Amino acid sequence: MMASAPEYAREDSPHRNRVVQWFDERFGWERLLAPLRHKTVPVHKLSYWYFLGGMTLFLFMIQVLTGILLLLYYRPSANEAFESVQYVMTQVKFGWLVRSIHSWSANLMIFFAFAHMFSVLFLRAYSKPRELTWLTGMVLLFLALGFGFSGYLLPWNTLAFFATKVGTEITGQVPLIGKPLLIFLRGGEEVTGATLTRFFGFHVALLPGITTMLIAIHILLIQRLGMSVPPGQEAAWNALPAERREMPFFPNFFLRELMAWYIALGVLGVLSAVYPWELGAKADPFVAAPAGIKPEWYFMFMFQTLKLIPAKVGPIDGELLGILGFGLAGLIWVLLPFLGGDRYGRRQVFIRGLGIFALAYMLSMTIYGYVVAK
Amino acid sequence: MMTRITARPLLLLIAASLLLASSSFAAEAQSGTAKSSCVDCHASFPAPTGVTEEQWAADIHGQKGLTCSSCHGGDPKDPSPEGAMSKKAGFRGKPKRNEIPAMCAKCHADGAYMRQYNPSLRTDQLAQYQTSVHGKRLAKADTKVAVCIDCHSVHGIRPAKDPRSTVNPLNVANTCARCHADAAYMKEYKIKTDQFAGYSASAHHDAMTVRGDLSAPTCTTCHGNHGAAPPGVASVENVCSTCHVFQAQLFDTSPHKAAFAAMGAGSCITCHSNHRITHPTDQLIGTSNEAVCTNCHAAGDPGFAAAARIHDDLGKLDDALKSSEQVLDQAERSGMEVSQARLEEAQGRDSLIKARVTIHSFQPGKVEQDTQAGMKIAEKTHQAGLQALAERDYRRKGLGLSLITIVAVLIGLRMYIRQIESRNQSGGT
Amino acid sequence: MQHAETANRPEPARRRLMQFLLGGGLLASAASFLYPIVRYLVPPAAVDLGGDSVVAAKVGELKVNSGKIFRFGSRPGLLVYTSEGEYRAMSAVCTHLNCTVQYRSDVREVWCACHNGFYDLNGRNVAGPPPRPLDSYDVHVNGDDVVVSRRRGA
Repeated sequence: MMASAPEYAREDSPHRNRVVQWFDERFGWERLLAPLRHKTVPVHKLSYWYFLGGMTLFLFMIQVLTGILLLLYYRPSANEAFESVQYVMTQVKFGWLVRSIHSWSANLMIFFAFAHMFSVLFLRAYSKPRELTWLTGMVLLFLALGFGFSGYLLPWNTLAFFATKVGTEITGQVPLIGKPLLIFLRGGEEVTGATLTRFFGFHVALLPGITTMLIAIHILLIQRLGMSVPPGQEAAWNALPAERREMPFFPNFFLRELMAWYIALGVLGVLSAVYPWELGAKADPFVAAPAGIKPEWYFMFMFQTLKLIPAKVGPIDGELLGILGFGLAGLIWVLLPFLGGDRYGRRQVFIRGLGIFALAYMLSMTIYGYVVAK
Repeated sequence: MMTRITARPLLLLIAASLLLASSSFAAEAQSGTAKSSCVDCHASFPAPTGVTEEQWAADIHGQKGLTCSSCHGGDPKDPSPEGAMSKKAGFRGKPKRNEIPAMCAKCHADGAYMRQYNPSLRTDQLAQYQTSVHGKRLAKADTKVAVCIDCHSVHGIRPAKDPRSTVNPLNVANTCARCHADAAYMKEYKIKTDQFAGYSASAHHDAMTVRGDLSAPTCTTCHGNHGAAPPGVASVENVCSTCHVFQAQLFDTSPHKAAFAAMGAGSCITCHSNHRITHPTDQLIGTSNEAVCTNCHAAGDPGFAAAARIHDDLGKLDDALKSSEQVLDQAERSGMEVSQARLEEAQGRDSLIKARVTIHSFQPGKVEQDTQAGMKIAEKTHQAGLQALAERDYRRKGLGLSLITIVAVLIGLRMYIRQIESRNQSGGT
Repeated sequence: MQHAETANRPEPARRRLMQFLLGGGLLASAASFLYPIVRYLVPPAAVDLGGDSVVAAKVGELKVNSGKIFRFGSRPGLLVYTSEGEYRAMSAVCTHLNCTVQYRSDVREVWCACHNGFYDLNGRNVAGPPPRPLDSYDVHVNGDDVVVSRRRGA
């Protein structure tokens, strides 16, 4: 009994901690957390990619914290939303900091979510037995985009209003379910105060609820299945087991992760103080849309694609074709683990090619949308 | 005794005559105007003798129930041309041009008659016309000048407030320009024909057509409509000052009033022109090439110095306001709250606008009073902007401190990791 | 074992430096994160009524037949207490060239000093260059405050 008692309970241990012991006698968490002490992270030249998931999680936690702080002052009605954000930016002490961090961290979180997804793709961490991790991860990515889209409207400025108008308009083009979906999203036929209230509900209640559950499942799966090793490295280690390097998660990897998180905090601080997020002008539904309305960068590649497709492709409406195309691409992406076959098989090369194409396409379309198409 | 056999034809006869009667009723009721036989032929003629029912229905006289015979005489009920247009029926035919004003005035100068139709319509048009250049020349047998129908059109006359009317404010200039912009037509009168072109480039034209202000001046506003005549040089200021009150009041206190009167120069138009009155800019006053002052003033005379001083004052205030606006824009973009300063900025601009009116006193001292007030405000708002920027810099300093602590943590973590790992490596496991 | 002994003794100076940097840094950085959050949680003195309404004056501040310029966002507004004892409020930005208008108690109309424009107490432009009426606002008295708010549109 004594030998298996935890450090903080053993009387002769320098790590004796009565408080923790008291809680453990009531929660019994030692048994739950014990495996974590033994969790290891493989060490190889591609190990740095392991940070991306944790970074996305950290930024999400920043969003939750700053979001709750913003909730103390934000008012989700068309009459007051813009003014309440203005109030936060100008009257509330450090309100500018909280709001700018929230806006910057949102963008960084989505960036890291994409980077994490692509790194998992190229390092083939989606193969059996990690299909469900990939699935939950893809849904989390879509939820992150949903967070971005719904949150963008909340300040109720001109850009946000028209970006939402255009975005929901495109959604309305989906065959069969498009119109009901548009009405559901907008809370009516047009973008109004009802849309704002609805998006607010999505942004602070619905999406966080679902996201939290999925993150829990996602992390649980990772803990159960351990960290995946890239196929090449795995093969090398199988040949020479003595070469295998592992690092304990606590404290070694976690300390490194903490460093990454602190760097992220520093970056957020610099961005917020040097490039504070703009207020813009209050949305006026009766004014014509300003020229050159663009969506946020993470939607730009889709938006630009739709703009480039000709109005009619054969008998089919061009925009519809684009939407269906992206829908199909999304579906294939979600189902990748099931299409890839064996982890070391030839089909994996095809998937890597697909990944490279997708990444290149998204990057070039985004750049095109901002630089070329003024 | 009616038998069944004779009843049917009789019924048919009654029905037919009823139909005929009702159709002629209908014909009268349809046009809403008294049916005149004139249109039977004249509807199919080309202009100028052609007049359709449709045209006449658009005419205000037609709508009030007048017919062809009201002006032309004759018998509108007689279907034959000889009967309808007979002298016996009082047919006057096409009136001679110099008879037209009197003909229209038969009704329009009759107060009791016009009261039946529109009690608030003026009835002095003929009297006014007789004082006008057009009227006076017509009396001297010049039939080239405008008579009633030239401006009001004929057979399709609409009231002035109808936007389609030739005498609606929106269309007045075009109507006058039909003759007054025609160099060939106006050749013998030896007056210029550039007025319409000048007016079309003017701020007044802009106000009406671009800003939609129907009260903006057009030809008739300054020249009169029925009593049209150019205002004499002595009365130009009176005409302009009906709207531009302050400028006239200030001008009256200025040295230019006496000077211009002595020169026989029209007060306002000497600097602003009469028809091509463009939006004045600060360049209009001063000593540069674009300024009008140098047309009379030369270097060395007090007027030249005054013009230079006024121009400088305006320029300085404009620059101060612009630079204060820039600083406030910068602060606002950085997320700072500057609405109070913006409010005061607006008041600063008020001073500049007032100063641009005070110019008409042509006394630098008076202009300076306005610009000084504005400069004080611009200085204040500029300071507010700089303060906002200072607050922004304070934030960056705070950020700097925070970054230092973060770097300390990063270095500390690095060292800690190295320490525990070197321990582990050699310690085994 | 030998390795362990030598390696288990990182120089005391280094160790102390590391502890100082890490401990001190964590403390200081935590403070630099918490300080703004705590200040943020304290509500500011200026109560936000939303951008659509503002307290323009206190009851009794304005004499009968007089007016006052107040701030509405970053634009001036005009509050008039008429000779009938009624409050009227409208934008004070002249629709001609944006000068600030004022209330003239002698003619009981709103006047713009820049170019002699006049508006009636409903904001309608009645004389001079202004091409459009002034936007009128709703006024209601809330206890001691005279509150001006934008007209609620459809």
